[in-house]
This record gives sequence, structure tokens and C-alpha cells, in this order.
Amino acid sequence: MSSQKESTVRTLTVAVLVCLVCSVFVAGAAIALKPTQIENRVLDKQRSILSIAGLGQPGMSAREVKALYKSSIKARIVDLQTGKFSDAQNVATFDPLKAAKDPKLSKVLPGGEDIAGIKRQERYSTVYMVEKDGQLETLILPVRGYGLWSTLYGFMAIKGDLNTVVGMGFYQHGETPGLGGEVDNPKWKGLWPGKTLFDADGKLAVGVVKGAQGDHQVDSLAGATLTSNGVHNLLQFWLGQSGFGPFIAHLRAGEA
Amino acid sequence: MSQPTIKEVLLNPIFNNNPIGLQILGICSALAVTSNLKTALVMSLALTLVTGFSNLFISMIRSQIPSSIRMIVQMVIIASLVIVVDQVLKAYAYSLSKQLSVFVGLIITNCIVMGRAEAFAMQNPPVLSFFDGIGNGLGYSAMLIVLGTVRELFGAGKLLGYEIIPVVNDGGWYQPNGLLLLPPSAFFLIGLIIWALRSWKKDQLEKPAFRMAPHVSDKEAY
Repeated sequence: MSSQKESTVRTLTVAVLVCLVCSVFVAGAAIALKPTQIENRVLDKQRSILSIAGLGQPGMSAREVKALYKSSIKARIVDLQTGKFSDAQNVATFDPLKAAKDPKLSKVLPGGEDIAGIKRQERYSTVYMVEKDGQLETLILPVRGYGLWSTLYGFMAIKGDLNTVVGMGFYQHGETPGLGGEVDNPKWKGLWPGKTLFDADGKLAVGVVKGAQGDHQVDSLAGATLTSNGVHNLLQFWLGQSGFGPFIAHLRAGEA
Repeated sequence: MSQPTIKEVLLNPIFNNNPIGLQILGICSALAVTSNLKTALVMSLALTLVTGFSNLFISMIRSQIPSSIRMIVQMVIIASLVIVVDQVLKAYAYSLSKQLSVFVGLIITNCIVMGRAEAFAMQNPPVLSFFDGIGNGLGYSAMLIVLGTVRELFGAGKLLGYEIIPVVNDGGWYQPNGLLLLPPSAFFLIGLIIWALRSWKKDQLEKPAFRMAPHVSDKEAY
């Protein structure tokens, strides 16, 4: 090998050039593909809203998903502080997850209150509704919380009686495949429909516990205690007083 | 060293010099993504393309790369290709890319890619290196496809999501073997395949590292 090839200047030049070419290449691909990726993400979210609400079939094409979503789902903004519908935000463009990072639209949760481990909570959130003849048939609430490794993002769908579960599931998480990742298992998700959120006294009773009994509890996942606890906690949070609790109460009273 | 031909570098890695079967490289992802055939196929395609093109680009600039930073240069090229593949999958096969999750990104650390870059592309011309990469990718793919087929067929009674053997849960007669859906089963299968491969092609057998002398007597031992 020639000594010229090994000189410091030469080494630096090659390193810089390779990095430059590669970064242009990667950045170009990322920017060019971004619109398609965003569309995919929106579609994926719509698909999971539909499937959790029990609408449509699993293998629907993109166009079918969009059409069904458009015809059956109505999104509205809820003010989590007052627990009522709000028009303060544009429902088409508002992103609750982005809002949770914006100091103007969110608050830091104090340690004791933050049982779901989300650190910041947005003031407004988007809920999704299926209506039939003007009557609320299904209400779909976004939920999220920390499991073992990651924040789980999902939806809880309840019937028009605001008590019976239609479905529960997550569209994004990073839990261990085969253990905590079993939150995606259709068998486990199949345990949810028919459970009820509140007991006879109107207290929140739904939960994920080991050896579940009764109408409110769902069995934890074997080998995934922390993920199961995470799911339990995030439900307590989002269906409780700091989450959608007041909104559900207002809705039931017809005052939302 | 005589130049190997394109046909040799393309086809040898499939049986004669299989990256998983003989070189025992890239086992990690072979365990992780083969629980069904579809993810195995996508992973195979992704790895074959990355290996092929990383070999091509590295070989093109091989005489310019200073040896002191050659590994890092190889990594940069491989990593860029993998990110692009990941982005393309996210754009055009979103649900599959969700299933493959981190494993596409982990192609960067797949020993096959780096191994071929270092062992072949640094010494050989671009076109030949490209086909060597594709060939090794095919060797990896062949193993993944076999594993994916066996695991999905006997673990879930399906192939590519279509039912082949009716399983008990859906009213059929076949009781699926749940172990096959878990990663350890791929270990057993790879072991069996290596055994079969080496029984067929005896030259792949490794010489024992040492052999015990028969009847070592006291006198010789002390």
C-alpha cells in the first residue's frame, strides 16, 4: 500500500466525502418517502380505531378503510379540564400527542397523579364516536401509558351505555415480543368485549389483575407483569378523574 | 488467487458455503423473523439487497479507502443502505415493517453484510462483489425461507397467512406445535439443517480440533 493513501489528510478527506454522500442519500430518501409514511400512519390509526370499535373486517384495503372511517366515525374535541365537548381546537388538525408536548396546551402531572407514567397531559383530547340514528353507539377513547420499556398507545371502545367494553387494543408499543407484546394477541384482546367499566355504585372497577374474576377484570398476561400493570394503570388514569372520567359522567347526564 | 466466476459467487453460498449453515453467521435475525413466511421473505429481500449494494459500493471505492478507517467506512455505507431500506418499507409495507420492527435496523449489525464487505468486496471488482453479495443474500434467504415455511406450516397450520392444515382451534384435526412459533425452535431447525447439509456434502465437515490418543499408557503420560 502506498503511504500517500494512508496520510492523515487523505484519511480525513475520504471520511468526510463518504459521510457527505451517505447523508445526502439517506436524507433524500427520508424526505421523499415522508408523505407516504405519514399517510400510512394515519391509515394505520384509522384501521385500529375501526377494528377496536368492532367495525369492518381485518383484511380491508386502504380505500375501504378510508371510506368506512369517513362514513361511520365522527371525531370531536373534548376539554379534559371541564369534561365537556369543546370547539377550541380544530378537530381535523389537532394532535393530542403533539399537544402533550406543548406547554401552552398541556400540564406537567405531579408524581402521585401520574399513575400512567406519561409525565405531561394535554388539556384537549380527541374522542371518536360511532352514531346510529343520532344515538351514540360506540365511544372510542384514546389511552396511553408506560408499560415495561415503552409507552403503549391505544384505544378503549365502550358502548352507548358508557359502561360496556366493545374492545381495547394498542396500535403502537415497544414491549417484549412474545411477553408484553402479547397485548396484541387476539386471544387476550378477546377477553375485553363485554367487560364493564363501573361497578353498581358507579365506581371505576375495570382492571388487569392476576386471576381475574367477575365482570370488570381481565387476566394479566403471563410473564408480563409490568406490561399488565402498565395497562391497568393507564386505564385507571384515563378512565378516572384526571382522564375522561368527568367527560363520561357529563355525557351520561346529557350535559357534555 | 484465481478470479472466481459470477456463477460461482452467486450460487456457491446457497449450498456449498451457506452463510448460516457453514459460516454460522446471521443467526440472531434468522431466529427472530422466521415465525412466519411473509416476514422471512421480506427480511430476505431486504438483506439480499443491502448485502449486494453494500458490496458494490464498497468495492467501487475499495482502492480509495484508507485501511485505518476501512471498517468505519464500510459501516457508514451499510448503515445508510439499511436506513433507506427501512424507510422504503415504512412507506410501502407499513404493517410488515411494524412486524419486523427493529430487525430491519439490525441488518446493520448482521455479520453476513460486514463479513462479505471485509472478506470479498475489499479485494474484488465491483460487479463480481455485487453478485457475491446477492449470492450470500440468497444463501441467507434460502435458510430463512425453509425455516419460515416449516415454522409457519407446523406452528400455525398456515403458509403466507393462508390455511393449509386445518388446526384444532378452527375445527380441524391438526394440533399445532406452539414451540415452533417461539425463537428456540429455529435453533433446533438450523441444527437439523446443518446436520443434513453436512451429511450430504461431506467436505463441509470440520476436522476435530484435537483427538484423544487411544490407550495412553502411564509411562507416556508422565
